[in-house]
Amino acid sequence: MSQAVDNEPAGAGAEPRIFLSDAPFDTDGGGRIDGLQIAYETYGALNAARSNAILLCHALTGDQYAASVHPLTGKPGWWDAMVGPGKPFDTDRYFVICTNVVGGCMGSTGPASTNPATGKPWGLDFPVVTIRDMVRAQALLVDSFGIDILFCVAGGSMGGMQVLQWAALFPQRVFCAMPIATAARHTAQNIAFHEVGRQAVMADPDWRSGRYLEQGVRPEKGLAVARMSAHITYLSEPALQRKFGRKLQDRAAPTFSFDADFQIESYLRYQGVAFVERFDANSYLFVTRACDYFDLAADYGGSLAAAFKGSKTRFCVVAFDSDWLYPTSDSRAIVHALNASGAPVSFVEINSDKGHDAFLLHEPMFIATTSGFLRSAAIARGLATEDA
Amino acid sequence: MISVNGAPRKDLDVVAGLVAPGSRVLDVGCGDGALLRLLADKKQVDGRGVELSQQGVNDCVAKGLSVIQGDADTDLADYPDDGFDYVILSQTLQATRHPRTVLLDMLRIGRRAIVSFPNFGYWRVRLELAVDGRMPRTANLAHAWHETPNIHLCTIRDFVELAEELGAHIETAVALDRAGAPINISAPLRVWNLMAAQAVFLLERK
Repeated sequence: MSQAVDNEPAGAGAEPRIFLSDAPFDTDGGGRIDGLQIAYETYGALNAARSNAILLCHALTGDQYAASVHPLTGKPGWWDAMVGPGKPFDTDRYFVICTNVVGGCMGSTGPASTNPATGKPWGLDFPVVTIRDMVRAQALLVDSFGIDILFCVAGGSMGGMQVLQWAALFPQRVFCAMPIATAARHTAQNIAFHEVGRQAVMADPDWRSGRYLEQGVRPEKGLAVARMSAHITYLSEPALQRKFGRKLQDRAAPTFSFDADFQIESYLRYQGVAFVERFDANSYLFVTRACDYFDLAADYGGSLAAAFKGSKTRFCVVAFDSDWLYPTSDSRAIVHALNASGAPVSFVEINSDKGHDAFLLHEPMFIATTSGFLRSAAIARGLATEDA
Repeated sequence: MISVNGAPRKDLDVVAGLVAPGSRVLDVGCGDGALLRLLADKKQVDGRGVELSQQGVNDCVAKGLSVIQGDADTDLADYPDDGFDYVILSQTLQATRHPRTVLLDMLRIGRRAIVSFPNFGYWRVRLELAVDGRMPRTANLAHAWHETPNIHLCTIRDFVELAEELGAHIETAVALDRAGAPINISAPLRVWNLMAAQAVFLLERK
């Protein structure tokens, strides 16, 4: 296994840092990936006892650039509000790792990678991966750092599913866990929205049954529509109303056409176009599928409490009251199970009108909750004292 | 001695005194976690809390306590039977919508329940109503009638009657003065009901 020790964050245009596994990676669905690559970023320094590592798990279309400038968009990392010196995930104190999930498109092996068996892009021949596969791949990277116990595993949305999976699969390796704005299983409505997105991609003539890379085209329109519909689910109706309402875009009156008359139309079109510049269409199919298959209780005889039986991990579950994609009731189901299993768990419902995406934004109460939870856990782990 | 907003909470010391060391405790309406912290430090208790306010939950989480944002009226139903040795409800019973259901849930979740509440039979309360003809306002019941969260006030005798109706055994009862200090009186219930500003009961499921 390769050992990675370079701790400098990547800047714009930098090559991704890659961990290469030399063992074949067998997926839950019965597939096999030879030469698995996991792209990752790290922030801060690993201490001598290797006890201060935090693993951050990204959401559906996130990546490893949690707190460094994105090489394609040039924008700050997706969790810039939360990760850095003096921030809740304090890089002066902790060694923060963030990986691109298996099936992703920012350097980890995914459907756009070359299939070693054919020398061509995997496309739909890539094995359908699960949240559990993502977690097992992350564990290989964590092993390569010589880290036995992660101080914390944290993430929102699909990242929160990985957090739950980590805690269930490796209870001894997770000191504390923060599943945020997430669920222990995808509902029919969650699957339905994802299916709309996938069908939009597949309906694009440039998708070419997933073989678009070999034919020099990309299903940009389909992927943009998928992003537009998904983006609506990340926002709350009050936030949309406050930000856009029925306001018109650069015009005084409707044009009686199908131009983007309304600001919300223009905004969604922009979100769609910006997304296709940084994301692979087939990857979108695979990561949405991984979420759809996620049902943690099903792996434990239908009992979510059984998934966490005997767990000593300290949990802090966070929901946002205007999140209708993974509503508070989903988080309460997790809390209920953790309580039944006897695991130490705190639960906070943050008041915010920003919908599901609130976990990515600057929410003072969320930041205060995270800081307080990590600090008390750090004291318990011997990484901090009451005074400093 | 613990203090909340600078004011001493002697009643919390009384409550803590009723809890056996090393036990599992659920504190319903745990506020900023002062009692849970006291129980963890002094009695090595494995404590969990339920608190309605976001600020209270954040204060608890920052103290390293395990606390769930929730409501005694709606969320106790989610707790499994016999998950705790004690379930504590401190100065909150009178503000619940369904005190009877809350007490039943407490005695289901824990073998023992500790309940503290302001006594509406206290002589000063009676005097205000009897002499002034006004809704009483005391140190423990400070709100005006139109804005009080205390919608189910009771006297000590009322509480004893409900406990008996629910089949709970009263293991210990402590009368407290206005400052929350125990009153050592050996007297019939009727006298107690007159002299105590507050009371703490330790109930046990029969």
